[in-house]
Amino acid sequence: MSIAFWIIATLTVVAALAAVLLRNLVHCALSLSLTFAGLAVLFLQLDAQFAGFAQILVYVGAVAILVVFAILLTRSSETPKDGGVFSPTWLAGLAVAAAVFATVAGAIVYSVNGLPNAQAVPSVTVLQIGQALMSRYVLPLEIVALLLTAATIGAVIIAMHEKPATKIGGAK
Amino acid sequence: MTPLAGYLLVAALLFAIGLAGALTRRNAILVLIGVELMLNAANLNLIAFWRYGPHPEALTGMMFAIFSIAVAAAEAAVGLGLVISVHRHAQTADLDQMNRMKG
Repeated sequence: MSIAFWIIATLTVVAALAAVLLRNLVHCALSLSLTFAGLAVLFLQLDAQFAGFAQILVYVGAVAILVVFAILLTRSSETPKDGGVFSPTWLAGLAVAAAVFATVAGAIVYSVNGLPNAQAVPSVTVLQIGQALMSRYVLPLEIVALLLTAATIGAVIIAMHEKPATKIGGAK
Repeated sequence: MTPLAGYLLVAALLFAIGLAGALTRRNAILVLIGVELMLNAANLNLIAFWRYGPHPEALTGMMFAIFSIAVAAAEAAVGLGLVISVHRHAQTADLDQMNRMKG
């Protein structure tokens, strides 16, 4: 394991912890974009250049901005007056997360690693990815295009300001 | 420790952090942030297995990760739109106060 991996991994995990634990939601969103950037660097270290730059474009560029917009639109950057930012049943949630991590980490540590490609670096160019997307994976690509269109239209319709219409059944 | 185990441990830690955030925070946006963290941990697993697996030139793990990124972007857009819509209706993003389905 290289020293660069440990530095990036520590930075990513600390930023993820900050994104979950901080009280101010704007700080959480900034830590979240730092986590996404650290994950993109991890992708680059794994010789997956295309996925790394796609991660930067989609997550750091788009999803982080969406989260900041949602925080500002819902005015939830102020911490609530009553109680803390954690739910009353936070201990149970923490126990579930710790149990999941213990299970997965135990499976990783005690597994037999017989994967052959530890040394050889895969040489995959963007040209090969593009040709694979246009030939073998063309049907999933079209479905993803349809999904993105439907999701964008759906998000706009959901978040659109509706007129105060008369309710069926009558409001109490 | 092999390199693959290191990446898998980082991914497991990120998944656990995201799960803890989604289960313990009160704000709906923080729950979505936790879900995003879990999706990213899964992507890291896919890329790591693609890199150290037997046939990286077949591009299967890479394609899975790319499609997963696209689907996660759609999920984020719809989820945040839902949070904004619910906030407009209930005037709060606090999940503990959203305790009835009837408007």
